[in-house]
Amino acid sequence: MALYSTPILGDNLDASMRANYTFVRADARAVLNNYYLGLIEDIATGPENDDIDLEGHMAKTETTTETTDDHIQIEELDEELATKAREELGDEKIIEMLRSMVLQRRFEQHAGRAYQRRKIKGFCHLYSGQEAVAVGSMTAATDDDYVVTHYREHGHALARGMEPNGVMAELFGKKTGCAGGRGGSMHLYDVERNFLGGWGIVGGQIALGNGVAFAAKYRDEEAVCLSYLGDGAIHQGIVHETLNMAALWNLPLIAIVENNEYAMGTALERVSAVKELEKKALSYDMASETVDGQDVFAVWDAISRARKRAVTGEGPTWLDVRTYRYHGHSMTDPATYRTKEEVDEVRDLRDPIVRLRNWLVNEDILTQEDIDAIDDEMEKVVKDSVKFADESDFPDVSTLTDNVYVEWPAEID
Amino acid sequence: MREIAFREALNEALAEEMKRDEDVFLMGEEVAEYNGAYKVSKGLLDQFGPRRVIDTPIVEAGFAGLGVGAALAGLRPVIEMMTFNFAILALDQVVNHAAKARYMSDGQLSCPLVIRGAGGAGGSLAAQHSQSLEAHYAHIPGLKVMMPSTPRDAKGMLKTAIRDPDPVIFIESEVLYGFKGPVPEEEYLIPVGKGEIKREGADCTVISWSRTIHLCLAAAEQMAEEHGIEVEVLDLRTLRPIDKALVAESVKKTNRVVVAEEGWPWASVGASVAESISRELFDWLDAPVARVHQRDIPMPYAYNLEPESLPSEEKIIEAIRKVCYL
Ligand SMILES: Cc1ncc(C[n+]2csc(CCOP(=O)(O)OP(=O)(O)O)c2C)c(N)n1
Ligand SMILES: [Mg+2]
Repeated sequence: MALYSTPILGDNLDASMRANYTFVRADARAVLNNYYLGLIEDIATGPENDDIDLEGHMAKTETTTETTDDHIQIEELDEELATKAREELGDEKIIEMLRSMVLQRRFEQHAGRAYQRRKIKGFCHLYSGQEAVAVGSMTAATDDDYVVTHYREHGHALARGMEPNGVMAELFGKKTGCAGGRGGSMHLYDVERNFLGGWGIVGGQIALGNGVAFAAKYRDEEAVCLSYLGDGAIHQGIVHETLNMAALWNLPLIAIVENNEYAMGTALERVSAVKELEKKALSYDMASETVDGQDVFAVWDAISRARKRAVTGEGPTWLDVRTYRYHGHSMTDPATYRTKEEVDEVRDLRDPIVRLRNWLVNEDILTQEDIDAIDDEMEKVVKDSVKFADESDFPDVSTLTDNVYVEWPAEID
Repeated sequence: MREIAFREALNEALAEEMKRDEDVFLMGEEVAEYNGAYKVSKGLLDQFGPRRVIDTPIVEAGFAGLGVGAALAGLRPVIEMMTFNFAILALDQVVNHAAKARYMSDGQLSCPLVIRGAGGAGGSLAAQHSQSLEAHYAHIPGLKVMMPSTPRDAKGMLKTAIRDPDPVIFIESEVLYGFKGPVPEEEYLIPVGKGEIKREGADCTVISWSRTIHLCLAAAEQMAEEHGIEVEVLDLRTLRPIDKALVAESVKKTNRVVVAEEGWPWASVGASVAESISRELFDWLDAPVARVHQRDIPMPYAYNLEPESLPSEEKIIEAIRKVCYL
């Protein structure tokens, strides 16, 4: 065989190579103490969009609506659905929705900054831009419903009503975190709120969501499972295995595809033979639709209807929710696969918070001053959560082996 | 000699083998336009074009299986797994298909496939993204498993893996990608199944691989400085098949052995190495083989807990002292 046609280095080092190993030895400690070496060396660039600033945004759209020339026309919310939401939810609930969305935006801004200060480590995926999906869907859910989601879930957790303090502390790896510092950003849990995580293997969580839906049906609960996944996850085999079972057995599963157009650096159209994801459900004879994910009422409406179907035994729903993420995939992604103009355009024309805010002001439900006050309040809540997280203790080392059967108590034997 | 980073060494190996052999192609998530999640495939799309450097959907089982089939049909696929945490989605394709093809077909089929990517623990990535899974593969007859610890080894070993007629699992330490070291300019290969003494010593043998080698080297330096103990550091490099001859040679010289690994203790590669030494070299041992490994738990995120769970220089020193009765 031509396998070893090229010279093979000796079994052991020749003299010149051995001399070079001095380098390896001397440097081994220094290098290996830096855990972040290969992994997040791009971190210096930081989140490229920390300038996502609610105030800046609002000020900008406000002035541009007055200057007529290079006038940016932000899209309005669907009027019919907004009217329906107002009737069914009432103004107070809608103000709650705005508050939650603002909370999320502020939370992510401060999480990004904490990451740059190395207070948050590992992988951290920010949710900014997608707030209407979390808030619209959670508003349609009841306390009895379940949530199973993926790693980009800070917004889901906050929208479900989890305490900002506990979520931020989890990001900081503190014992006061919602998973005791064990999970971090990707693995948030709150079983009391039926929030069953926070999972990091793309696509895996949808099967769990189906199992939770199965359990709800098994016990005759009037509950559904909201199961979130990304546009990149939809191709995984397990997603299709799951959809078939969900449809076959009429399970109360609502699969919410947060289609933010990219999976890491890969635009959807580069990897999906089908461009309208709604069609994917056809092969399982499952209800499906495409939803404007930047319109919080549209999300609320679609999930409400899906929920009704699920609890009346009409089976699962698959939703292609069109949204957008403002930050890079994670904190180390310089996002060179899309232009700044593209991001700006979405922010200028479809920002879910600004759209809701415009509607609230136009309907005379809130004034700009009210909204500024909400923003200030949420900013304070988040800043307090950062302080809380920072001041909390790390988990006690004696708890290292809690919650698992440990066969090998020692690390040396 | 020039020094280049681990990821650059791998990149050179890929480029050279793709140039040498038209049948070699690279496929995986983000390998082409994004230049690789860890930049190992940087520039390869520009150099070889989209026919041979191919971005996939996130479907590990699907593209690993495609790789197995393409290999059975005579191509030489290099399948990149973004990390081995995701490679286990394709375990069936590897274990039930790739590893069995030659044997089940009575030698009619070959499966010259490389499945490579980042592996190992650390980086505050929490339980699902921080684990050392080499034992899963080392367990399987029909596979070869390689884990380099230096840029030089990485290049020479990957080139060999690509030329190998059988499926090779090639796990690159995620935390070593930026690690620089000497790499010869001229072409060379490092054979499958050959370990290497990374540091010579007569008093105690420490056997390890991948990233943990560097902890062993640091521990060895400290033992020499503080106790005058000369530790021999043996880098297995290939975990299946194991270089038993080199292990025997070293153990017969030092009579004391520590096996250090990043993975969990039960049913691990280290466990098997220790077992085989205890059985086959029993008469040569002056102390029971000691082992250092990760704690027997999923990895916690909290960055004060993670180091408690991982092997460290200190833990390796403790084990060396134990076998040397110090
Ligand atoms: C099985 C698996 N393969 C690869 C990865 C690495 N990875 C993490 S997120 C991601 C992209 C997912 O994109 P998408 O589903 O669109 O969700 P988004 O991040 O856009 O919210 C990839 C490839 C993973 N975590 N799990
Ligand atoms: Mg996406």
